Amino acid sequence: MHVVTFTRSTPDTAAKVEVGKDGAVGWGDAATVVNPWDEYSLEETILQAENASGKSTVIAIGGEMHNDALKHSLAMGIENAIRIDDPNLDSTDSLAYATAAAGAIKKLGDVDLVIFGKESVDVGTDQHAYMTARKLGWTMLSYVSKIVAIDYANKTITVEKMYEQGKQTVTSQLPAVITVMKGINEPRYPSFIGIRKASKATIPVWSLGDLGISAPAKKAETVAFMNLPTKEVQVEMITGTPEEQAAQLVEKLLEAKVL
Amino acid sequence: MDFALTEEHLQAQKMVREWCAKEVIPVIGEWDRKQEMNPAFLPRMAELGILGISIPVKYGGQGFDYITLGLVCEELERADTHLRVVMSVHHGLNSMAILQWGTEAQKQKFLAPQARGEKYAAFCLTEPDAGSDVVSMKATAKKQGDVYILNGEKMWISLATKAHHFLVVAKTDPNAGHKGMSAFIVTRDMKGVTTGDIHGKLGVRAGSTGWVKFENVEVPAENMLGLEGEGFKIAMSCLDNGRYTVASGATGLIRACLEDSIKYAHERSTFGKPIAHHQLIKQKIAYMQQWYDNASLLCYRVGWLKNMGIRNTRETSMAKWYATDHSVQAALEAIQIHGAYGFSDEYPVERYLRNSKGAVIYEGTSEIHQLMQADFALGFREEKPHLRCELPPYNADEWQSEAVEMAVGD
Repeated sequence: MHVVTFTRSTPDTAAKVEVGKDGAVGWGDAATVVNPWDEYSLEETILQAENASGKSTVIAIGGEMHNDALKHSLAMGIENAIRIDDPNLDSTDSLAYATAAAGAIKKLGDVDLVIFGKESVDVGTDQHAYMTARKLGWTMLSYVSKIVAIDYANKTITVEKMYEQGKQTVTSQLPAVITVMKGINEPRYPSFIGIRKASKATIPVWSLGDLGISAPAKKAETVAFMNLPTKEVQVEMITGTPEEQAAQLVEKLLEAKVL
Repeated sequence: MDFALTEEHLQAQKMVREWCAKEVIPVIGEWDRKQEMNPAFLPRMAELGILGISIPVKYGGQGFDYITLGLVCEELERADTHLRVVMSVHHGLNSMAILQWGTEAQKQKFLAPQARGEKYAAFCLTEPDAGSDVVSMKATAKKQGDVYILNGEKMWISLATKAHHFLVVAKTDPNAGHKGMSAFIVTRDMKGVTTGDIHGKLGVRAGSTGWVKFENVEVPAENMLGLEGEGFKIAMSCLDNGRYTVASGATGLIRACLEDSIKYAHERSTFGKPIAHHQLIKQKIAYMQQWYDNASLLCYRVGWLKNMGIRNTRETSMAKWYATDHSVQAALEAIQIHGAYGFSDEYPVERYLRNSKGAVIYEGTSEIHQLMQADFALGFREEKPHLRCELPPYNADEWQSEAVEMAVGD
């Protein structure tokens, strides 16, 4: 059983992300963190690989900044890490990402299960997971809240999926691609032994050439980034006795057509 | 000269920071108010490996260097002082003393379970009537056959009611002054050991501080740490380690004051603008930043000296004196920046002030450290060339190598 997961370093969710004067998106000196959704997919990858006495691999697609997420993954207990980087690859483009991801899975060869976090918070999308499944021709199981069972002999997986009306239990053939939800597990902290091993690890970098593929033609071009419009909020303090304040408040709410 | 922290340092720091952010900071105010120690914290620190961070792997530890110990203490006290106090007594004052002075058998029997976090450890030096004046202690240990009969009472002992192991300094020759003191490893299960908590402290209210009483406790002679008469030297060497953890922790407390004040200064507006734009607020922030930078650099130097195996009594004393004194200052300024809100427990800065005050008293008062610094500078005191047992320098290969089978008692 070989379980593969993908991760990336993203700006801390508390960081102030904005478009600079040069038109580029930045977040100042704020540190990057492991994409918060990936905490759960990393933990699930470790658990499933351990349960099956199998192996685990984590892959990041993009530049050197993603090494932090890979090192964090190794420190948590993932066995192998790979980074895919190529000057012709835009990892924020979902189709390009999925093409590289599927190429890496094929190169590894023996993968049974691919686990993604529910989404990437930096680009705010999960379509790369679906595209990866499509590129591989594997079953896609999204919003998984629990892996109920994996039958290694018959190569099947049974999961609970979240959907608007509740939960759905689904069984599918392996190999498969799944996205997992927050709460599927309790992500562990990196161990000190893991930290030592991770800090000594050299992470191999694969190019598109190594994967035997080329970058797909871009279907969409990003023209410019813009900051969200700022909201101007006016606060008015209502004074007087409680009765006067209540009367004024009702009057203002009627004026604003709230009532 | 290289000021950069290694990847190992940074990842260890990040791990402890995340644990504190997720599990400690959200609930610490409540435990501080209750004046109780959260029962989950010690087992969690053990499980995460924090309790043995700078002990070699072969003795149950994590094999990280002394700089990491300082970084971990900074992160812990950034959250709350009582967690760093755990490290000071369990790791700095007790475990490192056994690492430095213990026989192989003592390391296997006492250090390894402490480093693994299976046993908690405390340090018993101070008495109701003997603080800075260590030599005036009254506890005695009288040899009787193959045991020492220990009598006495120790006061202000962190983890008094939680620890399984106590490193106790007592007089084996009451007429020989500091040369008549010896150190013993005492376990809670020995008959005649009783403990209790002290309540009503100004600060560190979420921690366990108490007293330990020894009444005719029969301590096996093989539990003596070092040689008979070496107790004072051992106690002083323990303080070199404990003070380092206190200094690093106080650095974390300065950072807590700084970070909270920066956040508040951006959020709070007066006279039509955030208070961060008022010059006198800026001045306070600038001083806090200066204190943090100075304190952390002093601590890094001590960590480096320990890694290199160089005696560091003066440098440790300087780091402890500077960092703790300025943590009090930083907490006062943080409250001033927070105004009336800082005066209530709605914000944590009042806890920072209450917590900061203890560290300018324990492990050498600020006054003791001033005397030490002056005596070093004036030539009245100098680092002793070497002790019979020195704290081992950090050797990554040796410290990170796995455990080897060793027979207890060799």
